[in-house]
Amino acid sequence: MTITTTNGGTQRRHKLTFAAAFRRLGMLPVLIVLYLLMYALTVYFGGGESNFLTASNTMNILRQVSINVVLASGMTFVILTGGIDLSVGSILAVSAVAGMLMSLSAPFAGLSIPVFLVAGLLLGTLNGALVAFAGLNPFVVTLGTMTALRGAAYLLADGTSVLNQNIPSFEWMGNGAFLSVPWLIWLAAAVVVVSWFILRKTILGLQIYSVGGNPQAARLTGIKVGLVLMFVYSISGLFSGLGGAMSASRLYAANGNWGSGYELDAIAAVVLGGTSLMGGVGSVWGTVIGAVIIGVMNNGLTILGLSSFWQYVAKGIVIVLAVMLDKWRQKHGQT
Amino acid sequence: MEGNIIFSMRDIEKRFGATHALRGVHLTVRSHEIHAIMGENGAGKSTLMKILSGVYTPDAGEILLDGQVVKIRSPGEARALGINLIYQELSVAPNMTVAQNVFMGSVPRARFGMVDEREMNRRTKTILEDLGARFDATDLVGTLSIAEQQQVEIARALVHDSRILIMDEPTAALSDRETEQLFRIIETLRDRGIAVLYISHRMAEVDRLARRVTVLRDGAYVGELTHDELDQKRIVQMMVGRDADDFYQHKRRTSRGAERLRVEGIAGGKVKPASFSLYAGEVTGLAGLVGAGRTELARLIFGADQKAAGDVWVDGEKVDIREPLSAIRRGIGYVPEDRKNLGLFLHLTVLENTAVNVLSRHSRAGVLNHRKLTTLTRDAIKKLNVKVSGPDGIVGGLSGGNQQKVLLARWLEIKPGVLILDEPTRGVDVGAKSEIYKIIHQLADSGVAILCISSELPELVGICDRVVVMREGELTGEVSGDDITQENIMAYATQANAASIGALGTIASGDEPS
Repeated sequence: MTITTTNGGTQRRHKLTFAAAFRRLGMLPVLIVLYLLMYALTVYFGGGESNFLTASNTMNILRQVSINVVLASGMTFVILTGGIDLSVGSILAVSAVAGMLMSLSAPFAGLSIPVFLVAGLLLGTLNGALVAFAGLNPFVVTLGTMTALRGAAYLLADGTSVLNQNIPSFEWMGNGAFLSVPWLIWLAAAVVVVSWFILRKTILGLQIYSVGGNPQAARLTGIKVGLVLMFVYSISGLFSGLGGAMSASRLYAANGNWGSGYELDAIAAVVLGGTSLMGGVGSVWGTVIGAVIIGVMNNGLTILGLSSFWQYVAKGIVIVLAVMLDKWRQKHGQT
Repeated sequence: MEGNIIFSMRDIEKRFGATHALRGVHLTVRSHEIHAIMGENGAGKSTLMKILSGVYTPDAGEILLDGQVVKIRSPGEARALGINLIYQELSVAPNMTVAQNVFMGSVPRARFGMVDEREMNRRTKTILEDLGARFDATDLVGTLSIAEQQQVEIARALVHDSRILIMDEPTAALSDRETEQLFRIIETLRDRGIAVLYISHRMAEVDRLARRVTVLRDGAYVGELTHDELDQKRIVQMMVGRDADDFYQHKRRTSRGAERLRVEGIAGGKVKPASFSLYAGEVTGLAGLVGAGRTELARLIFGADQKAAGDVWVDGEKVDIREPLSAIRRGIGYVPEDRKNLGLFLHLTVLENTAVNVLSRHSRAGVLNHRKLTTLTRDAIKKLNVKVSGPDGIVGGLSGGNQQKVLLARWLEIKPGVLILDEPTRGVDVGAKSEIYKIIHQLADSGVAILCISSELPELVGICDRVVVMREGELTGEVSGDDITQENIMAYATQANAASIGALGTIASGDEPS
């Protein structure tokens, strides 16, 4: 600190508002820069022409990220309490298979959507019970359920794909559109709005931040920490079940391998969105931006014709760089 | 014998951003002498010592060693000059042996760059014998008690031929016997010619050890006293900058109201069956040495820990409290000692921290009424004079005193009938301290029954109408009115009679976390 006292006041205030604005925007500038960079690259390599910026490609990106947005929203709840849910991909697979099997059973085919959702919810609640009441470490619990449920999904699907071209009750999810925007995107948007509402506007939301920020203090203020943890893992399971429905509907199929690796994309989106893995800090808007950053990368690099091996490398580098930038941003936002 | 001046600091200045941490501080240290530095929390004691040991560099002022101006730019340089600091929080590696810890960073080498273990153990053993330690050089540090680990740190300083040894609140975590042993070690070091700088705000220890005392207040040098000039009243006045009576804002209450809380035979953990009552409009102190079970007793009453036995009555009605939530519903509030780890949500805003206990009262179907919460927080900020930009200010960025006020505000929102305060002024600066005392008195006057746990005897004497004392998990006595003196409290706390413990004995406390 070398600012002198006479003009320090105004200089400081100016700096503070800039920093505050920067902090509020979060990773949005990164997303915009990346978007423009991808556009420039596609134009350059496409010989002066690019359809990267078109409405249809933008819609494409959003549709591709929709399932990750749903999973990552659930993950945001969990990570805000300082936990982690590695089982979202496996829960997605189990629910997808269970729902598809239901769609094949003639009299109850219409009940597929409740089956997707209830399967996800119950499995999430199982995670929650193990974390909250058996007092086990979330990483270990969900590593266990990730592995076991992956096996369960294969068993349920009998090792093959469950196919069904005739799914009137939920075909709209993956293939229909409303106001010429795909339902996948509407569903993801609805999940985000519901998540935002719970986290920002309700008692429960504030309790989630409290438990993540300081579990011991939360208990001493009378917050039922166990129930809060039950809730976050349950909602993460529920959203995974919805993700299962969305992917099964899109592809008219489900198999035991569905959604493997999705947990890492979801965690990446949450972290890119500025949510602290220690819990207590973050927002679902950040998560959306994080998910879209990943989506823009995937889409742009595919248009550029980069091999998928290089896409992995590029994605990893962007994640680490973005988080480094975020750390720098927060450090300078505070002083 | 009178030592020679080996070290002095002149006009030391240090700023951290807007905070003027040290303003023109002087310090003169002689060999063969223990020199105490006293001051309230936040007075600048620790900052000064960190400058001396090279952790910080001063913005202005000079440091003289043996009459020569020296610059101390890093802890390594300080050590090379023979200056060693023993931190309040011990910095030993529990997974390594005593000798490895003592020689950490200066391992004796044998041929081919191998560690000369035999030499290391031999030299450690000599030092340990000097200190009268009862453990071996090859013991794992993790198996030692806190007091023994401290001896390991002292041994580490001695291996570097210390000339100046700085000890920052070294008795904070020690029992009486361990404290006495530490004092003997310090006196041995003094007799060998080492200058010991002893930071404390406990009168008794300073009286026992120090030949000279430097007093700091709000980063400024107040004065230096010799042992003959030491006087409790005078020191308190120098430390807080005004008369003690005015500082504690106490007016003795003559009558007390109805019984608000009664506990009978409450026990659990180290707490042995305890019975007492709290009354409306009365400030009751709970005194005792560290480890006497005061916090544990408070947690049993509040339901934070499970009690093994005992009954609790609130306003004459028997209640079953098994968890904090049921205590809160009965109007019992508990402000924990460890503000940062057990009390506040440092990442969250003042509003969220203040309102967390009363959210359901200001919401409909689980949806928060933000406008009402904002009004409520604004009122609390104004009422308790919290210095913050507004309800959206992040609590982690506030000073200790303001954080404590936010925590108090949270509990005031439940309109408590009984409020338990655990070390309410720890880590709080002088100004905020006085304000917190004022809030306590206002609450009592409005009919709240207050139980105040404190390790600072002057504070208990200053604010309480009645003091109950614990020793080793048991309630050993109660004093009220004019009988509330530091001597009487100490007598119950140590179960000795007042005369035999001399001036004050040692009442231990954990102290400022910074």
